[in-house]
Amino acid sequence: MAEFWTNFAWPTVTITAQILVIVVPLLVAVAFLTLAERKVIAAIQMRKGPNVVGPFGLLQPFADGLKLLVKETIVPSGANAAVFVAAPMLTFALSLIAWAVIPFDAGLVLADINVGILYLFAISSLGVYGIIMAGWASNSKYAFLGALRSAAQMVSYEVSMGFVIITVLLCVGSLNLSDIVRAQETVWFAIPLFPMFIIFFVSTLAETNRSPFDLAEGESEIVAGYFVEYSSMAFALFFLGEYANMILMSAMTSILFLGGWLPPIAVAPFTWIPGPIWFVAKISLCLFVFLWVRATVPRYRYDQLMRLGWKVFLPFSLLWVVLTAGVLVATGWAPR
Amino acid sequence: MIIQALAFYLFSTVLIAAAVMVISARNPVHSVLFLILAFFNAAGLFVLMGAEFLAMILVVVYVGAVAVLFLFVVMMLDIDFSALRQGFLRYAPIGGLVGIVLLVELMWMATVWAVAPGASEVGVARMPAAAQIPNTQALGLVLYTRYVYVFQAAGLVLLVAMIGAIVLTLRQREGVRRQDIARQISRPRERSVELVKMPPRAGV
Repeated sequence: MAEFWTNFAWPTVTITAQILVIVVPLLVAVAFLTLAERKVIAAIQMRKGPNVVGPFGLLQPFADGLKLLVKETIVPSGANAAVFVAAPMLTFALSLIAWAVIPFDAGLVLADINVGILYLFAISSLGVYGIIMAGWASNSKYAFLGALRSAAQMVSYEVSMGFVIITVLLCVGSLNLSDIVRAQETVWFAIPLFPMFIIFFVSTLAETNRSPFDLAEGESEIVAGYFVEYSSMAFALFFLGEYANMILMSAMTSILFLGGWLPPIAVAPFTWIPGPIWFVAKISLCLFVFLWVRATVPRYRYDQLMRLGWKVFLPFSLLWVVLTAGVLVATGWAPR
Repeated sequence: MIIQALAFYLFSTVLIAAAVMVISARNPVHSVLFLILAFFNAAGLFVLMGAEFLAMILVVVYVGAVAVLFLFVVMMLDIDFSALRQGFLRYAPIGGLVGIVLLVELMWMATVWAVAPGASEVGVARMPAAAQIPNTQALGLVLYTRYVYVFQAAGLVLLVAMIGAIVLTLRQREGVRRQDIARQISRPRERSVELVKMPPRAGV
């Protein structure tokens, strides 16, 4: 019995507790990100944004959540019910499980696996299934168009994202996310690999279906795209999944290019601030750029989006992979 | 150890059930979704074997890219479900025969077949010890040294397949006005905007 307790029961309890410690703040962050988005966009458009519910509108996300919770869930009569219900669950679950490998500080990570970056890449490439299943199961033309657009878009941008990740991996020599952060102790990769940093960030915008690449939603042409038939909590799961994915992609950008939990320079006033706070600050910076872009840039035309992905980003990132590999080998900087 | 065993049985049960559903589901889209589930569980089995790189590559390549395009095509097809099920009994014996042949071959390999003495040691000698380095590195060490020509040949085969697909589908349609973005953005101001001074009330 004691063996059962030490070998199975106690690990289960601790792992569950660790998962909760990650997921609960994440969900709170998602809730407040929706508020932050409305506030930031309002500020850019010289409005006030939500300011009625609670002080400074701080309780607005909870009011929105409550509203969605008490609404009626509608499954269209022509819909494929099983897939229709599974799609939002899949989207939301995928946006959460990726956090298992994110390192918040040196050694502060739930699962420190050797292939962490590949795991993140794999999970983020699965996000398209929630969308494509929702679009198909809704049995609606607008939803289907949105799903097709998003499938083509996400597959296109994944390729250049893969090359960007390869460039970083060439400089690190490991697929482990903690090693990637540790390799940036001298200089953040955003500086030597600056063009890749830009390409990666733009690709994350496309990967999360955020504006200016939000053609999957495209409210002015295909009403709301893939989730037009969804209501109530099913819609809320898509909504939360999208914002959780934004946070995840920002975390990925900070780990790959902005030095994760590391301070900008390792001298006294910066090193006093603990690692997780630096990490969260970097994520917040990336998220702010997400919102800034949304408020500033008009939506791309679909063929332009494909052109940017295949004809600009792909050749450029491929060239940069060759260049980086060449420089690393020629100068002997390549990690052993 | 018990947890590994439980996970193994979970993954393999779901894998086999999903594989059965791939061929027995009535709706082809459901078949593809079950195929994806099968891929996923295969990746889980890889992880249990300690081949985490293969597991992730399986998910990235097959689930993340190939199956998306597959699903894309199946969803776009206009399929007559009743016509699809019509010839089932006619073709069932052939399918069953292929299945039996594969099964016999597998059992042959597992029981009767003997590898030449010393062959397995040669294979093992080329492999770096699994415990010392992560298997991503181990794969790279043999793939880019010992098997580099085979690797390059596989790349060339894929390149030929890609060029073939492009040649088969590319057609230049006549009378389509194409956008040349390089020309658009390199256009000087003088050629695109003209400022005209008009005397008031003179009309154009």
